[in-house]
Amino acid sequence: MSVRSSPDPALVSATSLVKRFGSFTAVDGIDIEVRRGEAFGFLGPNGAGKSSTMRMIACVSPRSSGDLRVLGMDPDADGPKIRARIGVVPQADLLDAELTVRQNLQVYGRYFGLSRAHVRAKAIELMEFAQLTDRADSDVEPLSGGMKRRLTIARSLVNDPELLLLDEPTTGLDPQARHLLWDRLFRLKQDGVTLIVTTHYMDEAEQLCDRLVVMDGGRIVAGGTPTELISTYSTREVLELRFRPGDQVNAVPKVGDLADRIEELPDRLLLYTADGEDTLAATYEAGVRPLSSLVRRSTLEDVFLRLTGRSLVD
Amino acid sequence: MTDLPIPHSTGRAVGSLRGSMLVLEQTWTWYRRNWKATIFSSVGLPVLYLLAMGLGFGSQVRAGAVPGGLTYLVYLAPALLPTGAVQTATGECTFPVLSSFEWSKIFHGVTATPITPAQVVGGWLLWVGSRLVTSAAAYVVVAAAIGAVTGPGILLSAVFGVLTGMAFGAPLVAFAATVKSTGTAFNVVFRFIVVPMSLFAGTFFPITQLPAWIRPIAWITPMWHGTELARGAAFGTLTWGPTLLHIAYLLALFFVGFRLACWRFRLRLTA
Repeated sequence: MSVRSSPDPALVSATSLVKRFGSFTAVDGIDIEVRRGEAFGFLGPNGAGKSSTMRMIACVSPRSSGDLRVLGMDPDADGPKIRARIGVVPQADLLDAELTVRQNLQVYGRYFGLSRAHVRAKAIELMEFAQLTDRADSDVEPLSGGMKRRLTIARSLVNDPELLLLDEPTTGLDPQARHLLWDRLFRLKQDGVTLIVTTHYMDEAEQLCDRLVVMDGGRIVAGGTPTELISTYSTREVLELRFRPGDQVNAVPKVGDLADRIEELPDRLLLYTADGEDTLAATYEAGVRPLSSLVRRSTLEDVFLRLTGRSLVD
Repeated sequence: MTDLPIPHSTGRAVGSLRGSMLVLEQTWTWYRRNWKATIFSSVGLPVLYLLAMGLGFGSQVRAGAVPGGLTYLVYLAPALLPTGAVQTATGECTFPVLSSFEWSKIFHGVTATPITPAQVVGGWLLWVGSRLVTSAAAYVVVAAAIGAVTGPGILLSAVFGVLTGMAFGAPLVAFAATVKSTGTAFNVVFRFIVVPMSLFAGTFFPITQLPAWIRPIAWITPMWHGTELARGAAFGTLTWGPTLLHIAYLLALFFVGFRLACWRFRLRLTA
């Protein structure tokens, strides 16, 4: 077994990347590097600048300043050439609702300079992949949200992209549809497709991403693997103590010394600690009587709370 | 560490005209499934005008100095080509464009591919042009069948009709790219431009019948230039100087509109 150095330069690299809309700065000087074959995530709340970043990488929206290279090329100079080799799953599906599933795939594929015969065969393969074969010739309009999302992902693969950009791929989907989508994305990763995902779901980020950055207010506030982020910015375990709203304040002085760090939420206290059960026992000894308690592992949500003082989903 | 396969994309950027042809292909794919719903508005309306105004109303019009000894039906027939083309172009260059930006958002989907905003404009105008050509052809067949046509010059009238429709349609596409929400702004275009232009810019009577101070307004409309060209072609009365000026004016409107549309599409699709 050998670890060989990557023959490719970074698939995406950004330095001091900025996007402004009038006087509003959506992306405020970010640096990222995405390597071939990895799944890279942008985690952050709505309005953090994730989508604006994705649109710049997708060569749809020009950058305001800074440097950006995608597949080694400059989006300002080679937008169409770059777009030819990437796949984009935008936040809104942007399907042609008045065409059939098959027609959507074929028409879209033609925009990549592919022959009619090629897109015909590719559409069949992609409908199989997205489990839409039995709906091949029905209109897109009446399809469920999950089916439309799968079709959008299938469509983004019509040119066998080297890089796939997914903007909030599972927002609005039920758990079953989300797992089906994640399964498809794992398969793409196995095939060597580089993935860039934005999400405000920490479980999605943990499931999908090898490496991620946490964004807030247009800036990157931390980056690393999910495990690194958790070990750097949080403790191994978290003890959650639930109180009647308002009562948690009274408990703060009693538990202050029992944990590395305490977060106060409207109805809860979060105690960050290496061993949750030990800490729980200690809180009872200190005379604290919460309505209920829970010991769990730290997640990216805790990382986010630590970094920004806010939770991801408001 | 296992080496992942390195995928190589099959996609490539396409040339500018070919990109526009592919946008037309998407619209055509839609049209193939929906043509029945639109056939009446594109072919039916100019034919209805010809029947009502040419045959019906025209039966009450005595040949006088103005139509030059022609029946009113024959006088009106070529002028309805530019007029009908402008009306069809108006339909295709307003709500469908707004919808593609705002409701179905298919333009946003298309420009995520190698296709550029300018190629989308080109594709849309190719689509409008192909609608105008088929409508004009159908109209000529009907006009000939009811005896409203005096000779093959009507085919040249049809070409001028399509040119007129494009000269109005291209700037209108640029305007449509600036319209937001439900498109009430289009009512201004319909009420204060298209309807008065259709009634007063030379289709139903020569603009020499208008008060002198109002004629310059007719001169700036593409429809007046179009009706002059269409009648001249049908009745063999074209002379080089005015013909070239009319054509140059219509081409200028088209190209300015096309450039403006490319600019507005880029602004809206790359924000």
